[in-house]
Amino acid sequence: MSDMHMDRYHQTCPMSQQALIDEFFIEHRVHILEIAAFLDRLDRALDQNAVHEFRYRAFRQAVAELTSSKPGRVERVQMLLSDRDVRLLEERDQQNAWGAAPGQNGVPS
Amino acid sequence: MDYIDMHAHMVSRTTDDYEQMAMAGCRVVTEPAFWAGFDRRSPEAFADYFHELLTFEPSRAARFGIQHYTWLCLNPKEGEDRAMARRVLPMIPPLLGHPTVLGIGEIGLNRVTHNELATFRDHVSMALEHDQMILIHTPHLEDKYKGTRVIVDTLVADSRIDHKRVIVDHVEEHTVDMVLSEGFWAGITLYPTTKCSPARAVDIIEMYGDERIYAASACDWGRSAPLAVPRFIMELRRRGHDEAFIQKIVFDNPRQFLEQNSKFYLPADRVSIALNA
Repeated sequence: MSDMHMDRYHQTCPMSQQALIDEFFIEHRVHILEIAAFLDRLDRALDQNAVHEFRYRAFRQAVAELTSSKPGRVERVQMLLSDRDVRLLEERDQQNAWGAAPGQNGVPS
Repeated sequence: MDYIDMHAHMVSRTTDDYEQMAMAGCRVVTEPAFWAGFDRRSPEAFADYFHELLTFEPSRAARFGIQHYTWLCLNPKEGEDRAMARRVLPMIPPLLGHPTVLGIGEIGLNRVTHNELATFRDHVSMALEHDQMILIHTPHLEDKYKGTRVIVDTLVADSRIDHKRVIVDHVEEHTVDMVLSEGFWAGITLYPTTKCSPARAVDIIEMYGDERIYAASACDWGRSAPLAVPRFIMELRRRGHDEAFIQKIVFDNPRQFLEQNSKFYLPADRVSIALNA
């Protein structure tokens, strides 16, 4: 999938890598610091009672995906955070979504 | 630059927002019927809401030279209530002849249940029976992939549907391809947390092309930005895209879709601003 992804979208951004870094590095630097600080904050939390919580585990899997060298990271992160079971629910369980799906990616609900 | 905001819930916004959108270049807004933040308790509440969309909002927009069009439906977050749907849907056909009603929307799925799908199918049937265009909401967050998959499969299985008259909205990186590859229009909505950022929207367009796609604000009562489309324009300029390319995404493409409906009319110049309207 990643090789296909690379071929299909190769050179679709009109800017050079250097121009992208010059223009956008600072605003993405802050985003990665926010993620690092959030993970540290979770470690410092008074009660360590959500280590296996499905959103926390999905989040850590998504962060790990960022270090992949293969293109298509955002799509893979989207799928890590998605419910891939397309069966219909019997009835509405709640109005709003969670942001990650219980019981996916080896993550217990 | 002039632009068309294809998805803006202006009933939730202030008159100041209309003014700022007009100053930023907004020529047209299209407003889909949606959720009020709570499930409405009677069919009469929907009747009043539809009346507001057909009367008060076009007049408020016109004060700033913005043309206001709307889409009608019982929205996906209330689609679970089949009894309510059976009472609300019959209110819609008599309103479809109104000069500012573009079609049926935003219909779709929320938690992707049997009842929601049944209500979605009822809306699609109504749209086909009355030859209406369709604007479709796809679920947010972890439900987006699943909901979009079910919606696309449902539409593709119905041979009566003209795909080029259907928008599948709120596409993101993992759903845009399944929408465009089936010939539907894809809407990207720019929202601070639960949808797409201007930067990611530009990525999607760079990767998937500039045909049958646009970006809209989806501004509503939540944390959202009525000036999201001008921010998106700014992002496109930062990336080095030329003005003709930008205009295609924010003006020409929405216009191309909307002109499939004979009710849509865009004067060559801005409509007269009647500040005392």
